[in-house]
Amino acid sequence: MPVLARTGNEAMAEAMRQINPDVVAAYPISPATEVVMIFSKFVADGLVDTEFVAVESEHSAMSACVGAASAGCRVMTGTSSQGLQLMSEILPIASALRQPIVLCEVNRALSGPINIHCDHSDTMAVRDFGWLQIFSENAQEAYDSVLQMIKIVEDVKVRLPGMVTTDGFIISHCMEKIETLEDAEVKTYLGEHKKMNSTLDLTKPITLGSLDLQDYYFEHRMPMAQAMIEAKEVILKVGQEFGAKYGRPYGLLEKYKLDDAEVAIVAMGSTCGTARVVIDELREKGIKAGMLKLRVFRPFPAAEVAEVLAGVKSIAVLDRSDSLSSQGGPLYTEVRSALYDAKTKPVLSNYIYGLGGREINLEDLRQIFSEQKSNQSGKIVYFGVRE
Amino acid sequence: MKKNMGWKELPHGDSSPAGTANEFKTGDWRSERPVWNKEKCINCYFCWVYCPDASILLDKDNKVAGIDYDHCKGCGICRAECPVKPEKAIVMKQERS
Ligand code: SF4
Ligand code: SF4
Repeated sequence: MPVLARTGNEAMAEAMRQINPDVVAAYPISPATEVVMIFSKFVADGLVDTEFVAVESEHSAMSACVGAASAGCRVMTGTSSQGLQLMSEILPIASALRQPIVLCEVNRALSGPINIHCDHSDTMAVRDFGWLQIFSENAQEAYDSVLQMIKIVEDVKVRLPGMVTTDGFIISHCMEKIETLEDAEVKTYLGEHKKMNSTLDLTKPITLGSLDLQDYYFEHRMPMAQAMIEAKEVILKVGQEFGAKYGRPYGLLEKYKLDDAEVAIVAMGSTCGTARVVIDELREKGIKAGMLKLRVFRPFPAAEVAEVLAGVKSIAVLDRSDSLSSQGGPLYTEVRSALYDAKTKPVLSNYIYGLGGREINLEDLRQIFSEQKSNQSGKIVYFGVRE
Repeated sequence: MKKNMGWKELPHGDSSPAGTANEFKTGDWRSERPVWNKEKCINCYFCWVYCPDASILLDKDNKVAGIDYDHCKGCGICRAECPVKPEKAIVMKQERS
């Protein structure tokens, strides 16, 4: 396997080069610009066969993706923050049309105030649009998950679009060592893109996305809900097969020293890497600390989360975004809901942290772990904000 | 009464058969109706090309033959595009309220 030094953006672009999608329609935005910029260079250099559509906005980018996917193409794009929001009129249409589009999303704070750094508020804002969402801890995971996402979304049971996310600048712009697959391996791994019967075909004309009122709208939403339920098994199967073939297995979530843990955090993305160091330190001091790293946020693996967390005494859920709902961040409310039927309920608190790229370092995580001893369940902390 | 299909019976991905708009009579939204004048018409097809609702009717010899009032929305594009001078071959008339 080739070993390369790559930033998160370069890793995603490399995966896209190897996937060689039929169509990429994209518009640049920090910190995701490089993903499609590097890819457009691959197009210019003739390294891929892709039709690259340089559109005038993200709204057009996603619209072009929907059009190309309707024609039966394998389609990819990339964006971030306001770009994802500008796509958001079209995102739920892509999922309703059951189009397996894959989006490389680089997590960045939403305006306002305007900010280009990492938090998860952009991805969380579109969490209920019928897109699968996979978070990455580092560039390696981003590369592997982009390849897997193609497999997952094209599975006949799923056929929903999916986004793989990295954390803006922290992953997107930091260089790491990654192992990649050979080009030929990727080709065999992915296989041919299979068209479904909802594809435009001159010989069998159909109507896509017609007006759908009280009598049928509900029935058209139901298959999306069912596909999201079934996606969980497919993500697991694809992640395990990837592990068996290439040595890096993936699941819906990852337990880090969680089995016997008394205090734990739940986190997503790059923060998990920092947390591992702190957990190792605490373990050396005899404190039973652990972590649940959530990889897949949509579909939300509620049963699996409940199963692995039910025995832990005290848990802090770390949200790198705030849903401004007055009852905690989006990850926290999901985890809390997942634990509703658990026999033994942990003390569950919420730490909203790192908004707009505010650093979360070892000392911060040590503090969060140390506060677990005295936390009341339901406590919501806006961690590190100045009064 | 016709029973509506359940979600498991629906075709994949929000698709439906082509041409179903034909069965859906939407012409009653119109506030103005285009009126075509056979005598003035030079059969240039401009109205037929530009009509966004495929509401310009052709006869069996593919000659312009009138307006499909079941589907025409009264947008007036056909009238605007009609090149006949000084009076156009399509004029817009107020619908009765
Ligand atoms: S008024 Fe509009 S919809 Fe009606 S026939 Fe003319 S162009 Fe078509
Ligand atoms: S645009 Fe005018 S002249 Fe041309 S076909 Fe239509 S009605 Fe006739």
